[in-house]
Amino acid sequence: MKRFVGFVRKEFYHIFRDKRSLFILFGMPIAQILLFGFAITNEINNVNIAILDQSNDVTSKEIINKIASSKHFSIVDIIQKESSIESIFKKGKVKAVLQFENNFGSNLIKEKQATVQILTDATDPNMANTISSYMSSILKKYQQELNRNMNKDYQIVPQNRMVYNAELKSVYMFVPGVMTVILMLVSAMMTSISITREKEQGTMEILLVSPLKPFQVIIGKVFPYIFLSVINAIVIVLLGIFVFNVPVYGSLFLLGIESVLFIITSLALGILISTISATQQTAMMISLMGLMLPTILLSGFIFPISSMPLPLQVISNIIPAKWFIIIVKGIMLKGIGIGFIFKETTILVLMTLLFIGISVKKYKIRLE
Amino acid sequence: MKDKNVIQVEDLSKMFGDFAAVNSISFHVKAGEIFGFLGANGAGKTTAMKMLIGISSPTSGKATVAGFDVYKEAEFIKKNIGYMSQKFALYDDLTVKENITFFGGIYGLSKKQIDQKRCELVDELGLQEVTNSLVGSLPLGWKQKLAFSVSLLHDPKIVFLDEPTGGVDPITRRQFWEMIYKAAHNGTTIFVTTHYMDEAEYCDRVSIMVNGKIEALDTPKKLKEQYKTDTMNDVFLKLARG
Repeated sequence: MKRFVGFVRKEFYHIFRDKRSLFILFGMPIAQILLFGFAITNEINNVNIAILDQSNDVTSKEIINKIASSKHFSIVDIIQKESSIESIFKKGKVKAVLQFENNFGSNLIKEKQATVQILTDATDPNMANTISSYMSSILKKYQQELNRNMNKDYQIVPQNRMVYNAELKSVYMFVPGVMTVILMLVSAMMTSISITREKEQGTMEILLVSPLKPFQVIIGKVFPYIFLSVINAIVIVLLGIFVFNVPVYGSLFLLGIESVLFIITSLALGILISTISATQQTAMMISLMGLMLPTILLSGFIFPISSMPLPLQVISNIIPAKWFIIIVKGIMLKGIGIGFIFKETTILVLMTLLFIGISVKKYKIRLE
Repeated sequence: MKDKNVIQVEDLSKMFGDFAAVNSISFHVKAGEIFGFLGANGAGKTTAMKMLIGISSPTSGKATVAGFDVYKEAEFIKKNIGYMSQKFALYDDLTVKENITFFGGIYGLSKKQIDQKRCELVDELGLQEVTNSLVGSLPLGWKQKLAFSVSLLHDPKIVFLDEPTGGVDPITRRQFWEMIYKAAHNGTTIFVTTHYMDEAEYCDRVSIMVNGKIEALDTPKKLKEQYKTDTMNDVFLKLARG
């Protein structure tokens, strides 16, 4: 045990003294989550929109004023007829068009209900989604004010319509996705690099000649990464909850256990990579090309698996990240328990055992 | 203790497929001896050495190191030997002190023992100024001397040196050999491979491997007489050329 502690301490020295490792470990998750969070999704400011007011009455004017005074939108065009909508979108001048139905104001008084159509350019799905929800909330706020002042029960019904890409993805998707990518990156790439570094420097030989058993060497090397990856997972979940208001409906404990499982799967992959690569460069290339790209592209993180061609759908099954994303999404967003993700968990466990098995075999061959 | 064989090798072979990297070699090394293990690149030195230090298992033959069998008791062998490889093998990103603590630790020394050893070692090598510097910042010669001292931390019976002086200047090589003599004088057996034939002259006995076999084994003096030359270099050339 004392030897083990000494070994682990040495590993931490390596990690904390190598600026590159430190950056990948801690800079990357924070940078990525902020990048995905801010640059790619949420907060919108001064988005160009156009108005098509077919009613042109007091109420619609008031709503337009509200929108004009919001910092989120700037009205750059007022169009007169429905046929101009398509051309204005095609020109790319605006991201959204707000269309008031005929007799909007009088409908609201007579029928107690009037419709506004929010048309959004969904070539950027996250943007479109955000625009609709911001717009809807402005409308809703106006409706509440109106009802309070007049003591009535009017309803402004926003109708969302996506132009160009009707199928929208959840904005919450990025937290499970980034978490998966980061855990995979830190665990697999960092371990494979740190093991091959020992090989390259010749220190692995020294360790093998020492009374330490090979499995002690490997466990000693991966242990710090389990620890650091768990911290990373916690940081990502906390950022998700407190910065981006991503809900966690399910059990945090279960999420933790599943994350540790995925970390171990990734570490096993990292060990496997280190047994087949002789240098740090090779290990890094294999990790990036063989793990990172499939994890980002084929796991369902960015591109929905259901809309992939069949061969890719089949391949996606061997990507551990695919199963972990299903698990994390399920726990965080749907609040499901272990019963619903039993299959995915089992698959990850089996994959882990397989990777460890192959590594042990390769390791033995190499020693001979 | 003198005259007792600490390494005993009989008909030891290592096959890679049909190729015999080590072809039925036999020799013994006495306690406290400096044993030079010479041979051209690819002659099988490293393979033979790997079998003796317990990280490669032989195809056939018998061998004991420090009284333990290389097939069954590799774990005990590892506790009783020190090893320093041709590639420099301390951690560049750890300080001198941390390297010593780490390597002392994996050989199971107590904190007290490590502290004591470290003080001795630092005094001996004159490293007081740099105990808290990263090893990577030290000159190569210092690193190599430090690596040798670290391989002796746990007082091994035998220390295996795989081309320990590769790439260092003649003065440092000289100092390095003084350290080897001192360790041998204290009773440690030295098993050393080298490319430098002048270093072969410093050994008590040398063996010369050619194509997986030991072609000559004796004291440098007798070998020179036997091959009628003035230097070990010529002995080596005669043998290696066949």
